[in-house]
Amino acid sequence: MYIIYNKLKGRKEGKGMALLTFKGGIHPDDGKSLAKDKAIVDVKPKGDLVYPLSQHIGAPATPIVAKGDHVLRGQKIAEAGGFVSAPIYASVSGTVKAIEPHFNPTGAKVNCIVVENDGEYKEVEYAPVKPLEEMTKEEILNAIGEAGVVGMGGAGFPTKVKLSPKEPEKIDYIIANCAECEPYITADYRRMMETPERLVGGMKVVLSLFEHAKGIFGVEDNKPDCIEKLKELTKDEPRMEVMALKTKYPQGGERQLIYATTGRAINSTMLPADAGCVVDNVETMINIYQAVVEGKPSIERIVTVSGDAINEPGNFRAPFGMNQMELVEQAGGFKEEPEKVISGGPMMGFAMFTVDVPVTKTSSSVLAFVKDPVKRLEETACINCGRCVDACPSRIIPSRLADYAQHHDAETFEKMNGMECVECGSCSYVCPAKRPLKQSIGSMRKIVLANRRKKK
Amino acid sequence: MENQLNISSSPHIRSKVTSSNIMLMVTIALLPASAFGVYNFGMDALLMLIVTTATAVLTEFIYEKLMHKKITIGDFSAVVTGLLLGLNMPPTAPLWMGALGSVFAILIVKQLFGGLGQNFMNPALGARCFLLISFAGQMTKFVYDGETGPTPLAYLKEGALSSVNSMDMLIGRIPGTIGETSVIAIIIGAIFLIMLGIIDLRIPGTYIVTFVLFIGIFGQFSDANVGFFDPQFITAELCGGGLMLGAWFMATDYVTSPITKSGQIVYGIVLGLLTGLFRLFGGSSEGVSYAIIISNLLVPLIEKVTLPKPFGKGGEK
Repeated sequence: MYIIYNKLKGRKEGKGMALLTFKGGIHPDDGKSLAKDKAIVDVKPKGDLVYPLSQHIGAPATPIVAKGDHVLRGQKIAEAGGFVSAPIYASVSGTVKAIEPHFNPTGAKVNCIVVENDGEYKEVEYAPVKPLEEMTKEEILNAIGEAGVVGMGGAGFPTKVKLSPKEPEKIDYIIANCAECEPYITADYRRMMETPERLVGGMKVVLSLFEHAKGIFGVEDNKPDCIEKLKELTKDEPRMEVMALKTKYPQGGERQLIYATTGRAINSTMLPADAGCVVDNVETMINIYQAVVEGKPSIERIVTVSGDAINEPGNFRAPFGMNQMELVEQAGGFKEEPEKVISGGPMMGFAMFTVDVPVTKTSSSVLAFVKDPVKRLEETACINCGRCVDACPSRIIPSRLADYAQHHDAETFEKMNGMECVECGSCSYVCPAKRPLKQSIGSMRKIVLANRRKKK
Repeated sequence: MENQLNISSSPHIRSKVTSSNIMLMVTIALLPASAFGVYNFGMDALLMLIVTTATAVLTEFIYEKLMHKKITIGDFSAVVTGLLLGLNMPPTAPLWMGALGSVFAILIVKQLFGGLGQNFMNPALGARCFLLISFAGQMTKFVYDGETGPTPLAYLKEGALSSVNSMDMLIGRIPGTIGETSVIAIIIGAIFLIMLGIIDLRIPGTYIVTFVLFIGIFGQFSDANVGFFDPQFITAELCGGGLMLGAWFMATDYVTSPITKSGQIVYGIVLGLLTGLFRLFGGSSEGVSYAIIISNLLVPLIEKVTLPKPFGKGGEK
């Protein structure tokens, strides 16, 4: 009884003895053991580097180099194309070969700057930086924006914009998303194990922007070593707290993470800032640190290469623009011809028809599987079992919403809160009838959003 | 661009649970009750179970074949329906009656409304009620050890509380339908399903609790010999008739129960009230079948009033 009491109490106050979490969610096989203990390996690509001008949400970047220009590693090659946008930097030294459309990991053809690698990795000399204490908030924000930092967990929202809410004094919590709840991916885990001080440093930078805010590291409890390391590092930081979260997908979903750590709940019409929160994932925090404290732009990231079709799964420090096939070769190549390769996690990532695409700011992993587990599934009739309702973190009824979506009934879909879906895919995962629930709901959401834009 | 890899919309992994293995588990969970029925009532019971199950599967197969639909007998749902109907038949009923019930269950209640997932009423119970109305005599004639006699519930209805033996009812050594008599065998199957996560206590738990509260309070008004929360009366009512089979295996039918969590609680309460009402004040001693099919009809209404609040709009707690 005491345990149950504490659990209830813990949920209400957002802290306590019990593990913090949210209602719903699923427990897929995490597959993390494949790459978990593989230290980060630096990779130096040999082939051409392809930099999509759109690696973020918002306006595409505008190229500031032309064919034939020689560029250095760390040199800006494209300028932010608007307020919600981000600049792009070269990650190798070489010659601009072309500016032309290429496929990106989501399967879209987007304009890219192609740089022929000269293999010398000559880096620009970065301008010296002021100590953090002497920088004004504006200088900090500009450094983050100028470095091209975007949300590297997958959404790619420009970080400078996220850190500039309308009422900064109302921000109470800065939450570092250290959940890494997607199966197979261990990039953030390696970051936390190898350079946790840079993550804490990034948090320090963000906290300096919001005097009233408290910094929270939300880590799933399947990473007790990270929790320990971060606790040790932050023991003299009165404004920071490490919180152990229950290991459950989608614990790292923004809404679920905010709720688990602060007890505040946001819906589809709100931004985290409306609940006084700012959420950034591990990789983003480290890029913030790099931008402000070291004065270096965002040019590379940690990418997990894993899955049963990969010879030597591991974690790699991959320059943006690097061909993903080259990255797979770094991981020993394919063990067997894969049926499916995913950019990102198996729950929310993109299946790619070709691996001949570049690593972008939001590529957290390349996962290759010998067998495509979805291909052989046959959809059967819904038996109304309610597993999707149990699993849904948004507390809506996925099976019914998928019906409305399939009947193109946008009105009922909206009335039944279809727009609250976060497209985490938990419903499709648990469905015993193997219905494409998230897929139907996701398509309908896009239609509704498009109609809303039209009306405006 | 040759040798393109497979693409699909996320998620790219799925749980191993499928509808057919859920139905197979339900079938397995019904085996203890079936086995006890055969042990209790002999070959007649075995033949009845085989006939109802086989007819249900065959009806589904023929209908789908004739209608050029995908054959779905592999999903075990027709097996569950046929077996459940068999368990709801008196062992002495003629086999053709069981077969007729199975045809009604699959053809009329299930397939004509669109097949699996579309029926608004539990097919096995729909068929049982159809048979009860059509052949009231044979459907309510219960023979035990060669003697035709009233069921313990019928004794209760007559006010003869002292003539029922609770232990016999728990084990199942009483007259009744093939699968309803042994509480122990039914509970073994139910525990199996609960452990697999296929059913939970929400519906059967609220159903039974509500029923106990109802008959505990109102039992005295139907029978002067019964006291307020009379333990012997409550035990006999719980173990008698189709309550256990109904609560654990038929009220929990996914298709015909609410999908919302709070709706399942309401559904359980409605079931408990209706069963109590029918048993204490109705014309017959039984009430579970009618209570369940009437509650099945109330499901859309229950779901409408128990829609969950979404996360961020009050539903996160």
